[in-house]
Amino acid sequence: MTTQTDSTAVATLEVRDLHKKYGNTEVLKGVEFSIQRGEVKAVLGPSGSGKSTMLRLMALLEPADQGEILLHGDRIGHGANGRHLPEPQLAVQRREIGMVFQKFNLFPHLTAARNVALALHAVQGVKRPEALERAHEMLGRVGLADRAGHYPSELSGGQQQRVAIARALVLDPLVMLFDEPTSALDPELVGEVLDVMEQLAAQGMTMIVVTHEVRFARRVADQVTLFDSGVIVEQGAPDAFFDNPQHERTKRFLSHVH
Amino acid sequence: MGFDVEIFLQQLINPAYLWGALLSLGVAAFSLLIATVIGFAVALGRLSSVPGLRAPAVGYIWFFRAIPALLVLLIMWNALPQIIPALRADWYSPFMAASIGLGLVEAAFMAEIIRSALLSVDDGQSLAGRALGMKPASVMWRIVIPQAVRIALPPTTNEFIGLIKYSSLASVISLRELLTTAQVGVNITFRYAEYYAVAILYYLVIVSVITVIQSRIERRFVWVSSKPGRRAKSTTTVSGGVA
Repeated sequence: MTTQTDSTAVATLEVRDLHKKYGNTEVLKGVEFSIQRGEVKAVLGPSGSGKSTMLRLMALLEPADQGEILLHGDRIGHGANGRHLPEPQLAVQRREIGMVFQKFNLFPHLTAARNVALALHAVQGVKRPEALERAHEMLGRVGLADRAGHYPSELSGGQQQRVAIARALVLDPLVMLFDEPTSALDPELVGEVLDVMEQLAAQGMTMIVVTHEVRFARRVADQVTLFDSGVIVEQGAPDAFFDNPQHERTKRFLSHVH
Repeated sequence: MGFDVEIFLQQLINPAYLWGALLSLGVAAFSLLIATVIGFAVALGRLSSVPGLRAPAVGYIWFFRAIPALLVLLIMWNALPQIIPALRADWYSPFMAASIGLGLVEAAFMAEIIRSALLSVDDGQSLAGRALGMKPASVMWRIVIPQAVRIALPPTTNEFIGLIKYSSLASVISLRELLTTAQVGVNITFRYAEYYAVAILYYLVIVSVITVIQSRIERRFVWVSSKPGRRAKSTTTVSGGVA
């Protein structure tokens, strides 16, 4: 308990010198990124700039080639010997990190309520009736209480993504990672998902949001980061980032998306 | 000689046929069970990135696709008990030998059906399960398999029907299944048409029942809250997600 004061200063999630290659393509070239408790960070950048890869590495869904990932200051994804942990141990570490995917990836064979309840039951060992009850509650929080018994094929894209958010949220993660959560949605459905995320931010959830939604980044994020070609180009508070970008690359990017 | 309806009807209610049909079904069901278990392991081996697991899986499929089922049955019944004393015990009946033998052969085919069914499940599914902190076995059992079963079901039913017919091969190891029952009767009476007609009728009934069961099962894999034909209950199903 001597670290009481320190623990607020320790980043909730941090990556140091992160490298990743696919074949001969270097997707991440030494990325440093961290997020504090309660912070919302938006990550922008062109396709293929490495921002989604960073998220997948942070979520321990793929091994990093080099670098460290720290959760509350503890290195994750690696054993003491420096090797990548085997999948069952990675699964345990992942439980602190929630992830929302571009394509929702809901389980088509389960109702919305069961999608949300599955991991509560299978991972946390919550009894099935209680897990479903909590799933219903969580669906209520994302405005889908009346859709609990529907299967994913019966839900709109926006509803599916809200179920996916509830599914990650119900496990009470320390940090939520959003990988382009609205990119696969019809334009008129983007708003309902962003609204849920904004509520979440307002409630103090720690969030990293990879997105193309510049207006959302400006309104909700505490920090905005620009990725390009596997490195972080610029990082700053939204006002400074959007109104007074320091780097030529940022100016060029913003001129395209505005 | 003509077709003697009386003999036909007489044989139709002959318990020997019913027993033969049950044996055929039993061998088919038991061998499919064996084939599914081994086939699943072989499919996982083939999908593995570890060469030490892939090689035996590939070898298994190569071997058992090449050897005629008839030869496997003869080996199971005649050769193996000479080599393995345990197989001289009472439990090792023609029924067991046929089921295991056909199961071993069928596993090579089931492995390919299961492999393609597992591959048909979108990668994002196991990714989402892993992201939720589920362990590999849990992801496989709760997420991938339920979706793969739907894909594997129609070809597996085909294989099951095939196995019912293949079970007639077990006549060579003195198993009196359906076709052998007819053949034995024919050998005594020479009433070919009547005895074979009874066999045809039994096969038709068996396959009809299986087809009905298949469509029943397939209906369970339509993932919507209001299933056709159950529309009246749809409102209760929708709100009753807890149940």
